[in-house]
Amino acid sequence: MSHNEQQDSAHKPVKRKEMSRRQFLSYTLGGATAFMAGGVVLPMLRFAVDPILVKKEEGGFVKVIEESKVTTEPQQIGFKVHQVDGWYESDPKMEAYIAKGEDGKVFALSPVCKHLGCTIGWSGEEAPNEYHCPCHGARYTKDGKNLKVAPKPLDEYQVKIENGWVYLGPLEANTRV
Amino acid sequence: MFKSMYNWIDERLDVTPMWRDIADHEVPEHVNPAHHFSAFVYCFGGLTFFITVIQILSGMFLTMYYVPDITNAYYSVDYLQHQVAFGVIVRGMHHWGASLVIVMMFLHTLRVFFTGSYKAPREMNWVVGMLIFFVMLGLGFTGYLLPWDNKAYFATKVGMEIAASVPWIGSYIKELLAGGTIVGAQTLTRFFAIHVFFLPGVLLTLLAAHFFMIRKQGISGPL
Repeated sequence: MSHNEQQDSAHKPVKRKEMSRRQFLSYTLGGATAFMAGGVVLPMLRFAVDPILVKKEEGGFVKVIEESKVTTEPQQIGFKVHQVDGWYESDPKMEAYIAKGEDGKVFALSPVCKHLGCTIGWSGEEAPNEYHCPCHGARYTKDGKNLKVAPKPLDEYQVKIENGWVYLGPLEANTRV
Repeated sequence: MFKSMYNWIDERLDVTPMWRDIADHEVPEHVNPAHHFSAFVYCFGGLTFFITVIQILSGMFLTMYYVPDITNAYYSVDYLQHQVAFGVIVRGMHHWGASLVIVMMFLHTLRVFFTGSYKAPREMNWVVGMLIFFVMLGLGFTGYLLPWDNKAYFATKVGMEIAASVPWIGSYIKELLAGGTIVGAQTLTRFFAIHVFFLPGVLLTLLAAHFFMIRKQGISGPL
């Protein structure tokens, strides 16, 4: 078979693959259309995803409580952080549970449940000496270790101690459990 | 007078065949509640559409007062509900209709399932119906945030955490939905845009496909 074909092509002029007029026009028109459609759609897509591409600024440290006032029992402490939300700047109140651990170190836990983001509370009738979440009944130990429902331990604020004051910084994953 | 107006237009544009094509079709006996009362189960799809139309209309009117801005959204909803005449009714229609449309859609889905109407050659219409279902859930999720009260805020936070639990890309989905790292000003405008423009656009396209297919293929036969 292949032998025959070779013979055929031998005495025929080499035929270059030529583009038909129709094909050329459809490529040109298609390309131009794609270019114009891209010109319309790309700016809109970039516009829509901008929030996930902007640089996030790390929050600074905020002075919250005197070190001497921190007890082994977690205390709920409110403090304000500066927050920029697009065109809206505000100083929302944040909360932390501050306590002294068995190792004598001061640590601060975020009250945001690691299950689905509700706000947890410390102790009470329902859960003595545990953190509990009212939404779906998650429980945590004093160190923030997840006992029930929640998949991860409570987040921890970075802690800095200067001149007898406790400063809280950005959130990080729990380092105590 | 209407007759002569209609004739005047019809002479020029020949519109009669157009609306005949849409309006003139056979309704088989087994889906007609006048023949068999139990055939009312075949009404759920139509009822879903009816409530959807009410949702679109009441939603259009709500935007005359509503602003998607975190300092004013709550007050604008409070105002349109309590100060504007019939505000309770218009927002009530949108509020209760939102739940009702889910209920009706679910009943319609059950009817289609138990009468086996999803089977060949109507599989594609089942798939389009499922897409409509998810778009409706999306409309419910995005609309829930708009009053910007505590319930709306925390429900959205929980919804975001659910979105974030998707393996690998969860955190990106969450941030893209929220328009940032927190549920805030940009989340509200984003949800408003999705609720009022994007999803209704998708919904109307899917509904057109849904209705085109049922007209083309006809209602499935009796059990």
